[in-house]
Amino acid sequence: MEITLSPLSQSFSKTFITSLFETENGERIRTCLQCGTCSGVCPFGYIMQYPPGKMIGSLRSEFFDKVIKTDSVWMCVSCYACTEFCPSQIPITAALMTRAKEEMLLAGNIPAELQAALENTQRYGNPLGESPRKRADWTIGIQPEINILAKTRQPVDVLWFVGDYASYHPRMQSATKALAKILNALGIKFGILGPEEYSDGDSQRLAGERGLFEMMAQKNGQIFRRYKFDEIITTDPHAYNALKNEYPALGISYPVKHYTQFLVERMEQLQPLLKNEVKAKIAYHDPCYLGRANDVFDEPRALLNAIPGVELVEMSHQRTNSLCCGGGGGGMWLDGFQWEKAHTRLSEWRVREAVAAGAEILAVACPYEPPRFEDAVKTIQAASHLKVREIAELLAESMNN
Amino acid sequence: MKIVVPIKFVPDLVEELTIDPSGVALDTAWLRLIINEFDDHAVEQAILLKERGGGQVIVSTVEADGSDDFLFTAAAKGADQLIKMTGDFTGVNNHALARAYAELLKELKPDLVLTGVQAHNDLDGSVGPLLAEYLGMPYVGYVAGITLADGSVIARKEYPGGLIAEIDVKLPAVLGIQASEQPPRYVAYSKIRQVMGTAKIEERPNADLNLDGGVSISRMFQPEAAERAEMIDGDADAVAEKIVAIIKEAGVL
Repeated sequence: MEITLSPLSQSFSKTFITSLFETENGERIRTCLQCGTCSGVCPFGYIMQYPPGKMIGSLRSEFFDKVIKTDSVWMCVSCYACTEFCPSQIPITAALMTRAKEEMLLAGNIPAELQAALENTQRYGNPLGESPRKRADWTIGIQPEINILAKTRQPVDVLWFVGDYASYHPRMQSATKALAKILNALGIKFGILGPEEYSDGDSQRLAGERGLFEMMAQKNGQIFRRYKFDEIITTDPHAYNALKNEYPALGISYPVKHYTQFLVERMEQLQPLLKNEVKAKIAYHDPCYLGRANDVFDEPRALLNAIPGVELVEMSHQRTNSLCCGGGGGGMWLDGFQWEKAHTRLSEWRVREAVAAGAEILAVACPYEPPRFEDAVKTIQAASHLKVREIAELLAESMNN
Repeated sequence: MKIVVPIKFVPDLVEELTIDPSGVALDTAWLRLIINEFDDHAVEQAILLKERGGGQVIVSTVEADGSDDFLFTAAAKGADQLIKMTGDFTGVNNHALARAYAELLKELKPDLVLTGVQAHNDLDGSVGPLLAEYLGMPYVGYVAGITLADGSVIARKEYPGGLIAEIDVKLPAVLGIQASEQPPRYVAYSKIRQVMGTAKIEERPNADLNLDGGVSISRMFQPEAAERAEMIDGDADAVAEKIVAIIKEAGVL
């Protein structure tokens, strides 16, 4: 894809790098050793004309404007691998890649799929372009009825922030319903925002739309203030990341957990309900924003181990070096663009790893993953037996009577 | 070069459309309006022409829910002037809209008028040709590419079957845009926010609506499912025999 650009001034490198120093810990870019670890661990580093390390090098040599003209920046899936392994602890994802994407957007350079997702978010409050009025349609028919706070206005213990894909995506809805079932079985007094919920905005933020993220956050913040609840749980690691790490800076601060953490806290109550055997070898995929970005590795595994019959196997990339599914940070909407460059998908690599580890089920904990991995399974002969399941779905299966 | 882009908003199909109790109009309770896609392309084409050859772009609309947001977005893309016609536009049809725009454009004296070639709610023709007639200007529709020349433009017009014509059109003229030369560009939300603070939307009260020439709707309804599929079983000969019988019965043979 040819990116045509409005002309950038020669001092762009200088002004850009100065702006990076203003981000949290951004001045660490000065301490880059040019060791190449980031470029090596980056899943698409091999195909970028300027992988992260080279980007920093070009910044220092003041020809970053050349970098912006290539496709390198849009090959980044914001997976945090570079940040995790940088020996100088440079926050590469947040301080460089996200900022570079912001510049690309300001110059109007953006692949069409991503543009549509961002415009949809602005207009409909979700990147899928679905009607906001239908956000709680997944609850239709569920007994007991799901508490939609706008209707009932009851105080609850837990606000369940459902999220975009968990609300609208047909594949994810079965996992969302499974989680609802689990919460009901545990007697949790919870409510959802339904049509009042906006996108958490985290993926849009990582794709360079800081302004859009702030608008979504402010809208959510206004809605949160209307209701009484003690804590927030999320289906989605991206919402978890946003609510925990980004929203407080905007004055929106609540205790928040990912659903796996919340359920592990209630293991004593949950365990006896897991009656049915799920006899399978299961590989758990650490999502980037639950694992690497927020250090939550054990709780999802604890839940899987609690299911009778389950044998956990580990893939060759796991925990901190887990391989991104390719969906986060805007990757979900750069799929076609990235495929055209790489002729492979990160989700396909991961599925092959699951097969190599001997897994029969690939367990996931992020709403981008079931559709991404299932699509990968469809295209890989050797993986045709592999099932993809959200942890909530496996727990519910074990609870079924 | 002064380019004016008159636009309109149409029902957003992301929301479910329902018919109101009268049976001849859409229920407006949950109706959301969105920019006519072809008008969005017209704005983009106007900005492209300005970037190439200089000049001024004026975007004008009729007061509607969401119209301000669109005007600010157009300003963020590079539009110089924003005009919103205010007043009661209940029951407006394209004839009335074209007349209202003609009044405005006679004042503005544009060199070139770009407007979307059609809209999915056009019932009484499209705005472009009507507007051109009221202004006494030439009109070329289904334009997907414009080159600036001296005192004229060369419009690339698409025909069915893959034929393309290049038509030299003397200015001032009205062109109906099928597609802009590049897809409508993205504007970062922070830029739109910024523009909201600086750009001004000029309000022009509209004179009474003249709906002459419009159509009157006798009935509006959702497509009704009709069951007319008959599955024919049997081997090839049996099926062929049955098909012949059906055709004969229908009076075609």
